[in-house]
Amino acid sequence: MRAAITSLRAGLAGLLVLLTCAPGIAQEMVADFGPEGAEQSLVLRSTTDIAIFGPVVDTFLQAHPDMRLRYEQWGSNELYRLSRRECRSGEAGADIVISSAVHQMVQLVNEACAHAYRSRLTEQLPEALRWRDELWGITREPAVIVYNRDLVPAGDIPQTRFDLLDLLRPSDTPYAGRVATYDIEESGLGYLFAFADAREASTFGALQESFGRTRAVSTCCSVDIIEGVAEGQYLIAYNVLGSYAHGYQQQDARIGIVLPSDYTLVLSRALMIPKQARLKPQAEAFLDFLLSPQGTLALRTALLISPLLEMEDGNEGEALSSTALRPIGLSPALMVALDAMTRETFLRRWRATFPGP
Amino acid sequence: MPDLIRRLETTSLTARVALGVAVLLIIGGVIVSIAAFAYGREAARSAYDRLLLGAAHDIASAITVQDGRPVIELPVSAFELLAFAPDDRIGYRIIGPDGKTLTGYEEIALPANRRDLRDGYFDGAFFGEAARFAIVSRRFAERTLNGTIRVIVGQTMQARNAMAYDITRKALYVLAASGLAMILLAVVVVRSVLTPLEKIAGGLSGRDPHDLTPVDTSVPRETAVMINALNGFMARLDRQMNSMRHLISDTAHQLRTPVAALRAQADLFSEETDLSRKEKIVERIQARSASLGRLLDQMLSQALVIHRGDSARRETVDLRDIALDVFEEGDHAVLNPEADVLLEIGEKPVEVLADAPSLKEALKNLLGNALKYGRPPVRIGASLEDGKAVIWVEDAGEGPDRQTMEDLGTRFNRGELVRQAGSGLGLAIAHSVAVSFGGELVLAQTPRKRFRAALLFDAVTGRNT
Repeated sequence: MRAAITSLRAGLAGLLVLLTCAPGIAQEMVADFGPEGAEQSLVLRSTTDIAIFGPVVDTFLQAHPDMRLRYEQWGSNELYRLSRRECRSGEAGADIVISSAVHQMVQLVNEACAHAYRSRLTEQLPEALRWRDELWGITREPAVIVYNRDLVPAGDIPQTRFDLLDLLRPSDTPYAGRVATYDIEESGLGYLFAFADAREASTFGALQESFGRTRAVSTCCSVDIIEGVAEGQYLIAYNVLGSYAHGYQQQDARIGIVLPSDYTLVLSRALMIPKQARLKPQAEAFLDFLLSPQGTLALRTALLISPLLEMEDGNEGEALSSTALRPIGLSPALMVALDAMTRETFLRRWRATFPGP
Repeated sequence: MPDLIRRLETTSLTARVALGVAVLLIIGGVIVSIAAFAYGREAARSAYDRLLLGAAHDIASAITVQDGRPVIELPVSAFELLAFAPDDRIGYRIIGPDGKTLTGYEEIALPANRRDLRDGYFDGAFFGEAARFAIVSRRFAERTLNGTIRVIVGQTMQARNAMAYDITRKALYVLAASGLAMILLAVVVVRSVLTPLEKIAGGLSGRDPHDLTPVDTSVPRETAVMINALNGFMARLDRQMNSMRHLISDTAHQLRTPVAALRAQADLFSEETDLSRKEKIVERIQARSASLGRLLDQMLSQALVIHRGDSARRETVDLRDIALDVFEEGDHAVLNPEADVLLEIGEKPVEVLADAPSLKEALKNLLGNALKYGRPPVRIGASLEDGKAVIWVEDAGEGPDRQTMEDLGTRFNRGELVRQAGSGLGLAIAHSVAVSFGGELVLAQTPRKRFRAALLFDAVTGRNT
């Protein structure tokens, strides 16, 4: 059984690039975990790659041998639309939904789509990482700056956003056209980071202006961007999800990772149990598992609770003070990000900066 | 039902106070709880309503007009304001001048009964949960956009309810504490109130049965009533006991001599042989037994007077009636047929508060004395003199000599009148009656050289019919 899953995961790894790079398409990947004959079969819908989250599910199922788990991988926007539609119609779909687009999850909870649950473990979560006992932040992933170790001289490595601004200021800067960031129209996560940046500091306006002036590239998808940096196509990538970068770095040492020391956004993927879930007790058990020391360890191994934040592997990023870490809290304020008119206004400004390729 | 009333009447004072305090606490507690809850709700409502209004104004002021269209970038600060109710869901809806929703939740229904919606608050529902909404309008008078944009911001009620319950709970803590304090206070008060009663009860039960001296009256005013009544009762009992004691000893003393004399005569009689002397002895025995009979009558009437003086109810008595009754009964005619007795009464009633039989007895005795020792004609009568009601007996003699009068005076003062034997018990009885009803016995010469024995009482006024 374990062998089957491992081979499946190996097969999936190839698809990963394609998947994360095509968020607009309602494409779905499915993997089944656990014994064939198990009576209860949980349905988990997530935006996280199966290859990354699979080991966590395996650990869970080891403790629950009578359970199966069907893992469906979705693009965040599709997952949001599907969950919302099912919530309104009352049709039973997923038992657990995990998404990195936490603003969408907040919206779903706000629309009374979630089932409330409270346990000793959920109560131990910080206030910012739970809302209404219906939404919980289960991972810790920083938004980082990735650079090419060979092509960026050590003196140029930006430690803060101001360093990055300084790099882009000279008119003959070698970084012109070689800085990449998410296309926030395409990527829900990119939009969330940009929105959080805009809230966090005035730096973002200047940065956006610099990006525009130096014809920075806005493109899609973590893996795409990271690979581009490794290959030397881009020299620096801004606001890349640390968990992906770190995972990539473990296989390819050509990239370096910096946690900006002025502030580093920290994303917690949000988990919710839909109110029409069929197997609520099992879903609750899964949540408790993720919050237990065992589950936390599994998430850490999968780099979803990022070791970068603890600086235990001697990364070149200087140690961050705790005030520099800015978790994206699960609060109704995130609903602003999803408001249609606000999004339109925000994107109009973005488009003015990036006129498009 | 009568059982219940009876049980209520015998309920202890402590139980009554406990019941009273309990009822007070329960009723007061319920009222204060309701008031606290109402206050808590109101406080929570106004506190969170302001948040809503603040957020709505915040959003309204963020509306701008670009290219003839309203453009809104929702201010995060508005939502952060609303996040002071951390677990409440937020609903908002922005309605353009044409009534179309620009952004937000179409699901938020406006109250139907207010056609012309003004700024303010309304209650509604948000995805099946009770919620409260605030409406703020913003007018635009641009070349390209003219009209009112309405911003509706709402929130579910969790934080409000939590705050209301919190306020209520804290108020109830205070209430419980003050209730406890009241109970403690009540216990202390009841104890201090009941202490004098316990002291009195202890004093009474520890008392010698023959001790009829007054109880100490340094007690709270309310219980003093009881103590005074008790003391009055004991004093009466004491007087009666004394009278009885005196009566018994006097009777024994006074009967001993005549009975001894009778026996001596009887002995003489049995030893005597001479018939004529025997006859004389019989005469003497007759005289002695007659006088013994009178003595017994007087002693009984004195006992009656003393008894009635303490026990009979005071009534309004017209002294003229007493004089008339005594005159008409005509005992004097039997005792002393040859003496003249005249009655002198006026038109006006002479009323006193006393006991008629006692007065009658006193008057009869005075009359008896006058007939026996005085000189006819004898008058009896009742009259009002200087505001005093007087009932009197007068004879034409000069009365007892000076020495006897002085002796009488001393004995009256010493309260030992009963012991005198010489002139019978007549004066003693009259004196007792006078004293019993708050009057006095006056023996004096009248200006017309007559001797008068009178009983003076306070007249009853205010009834001059």
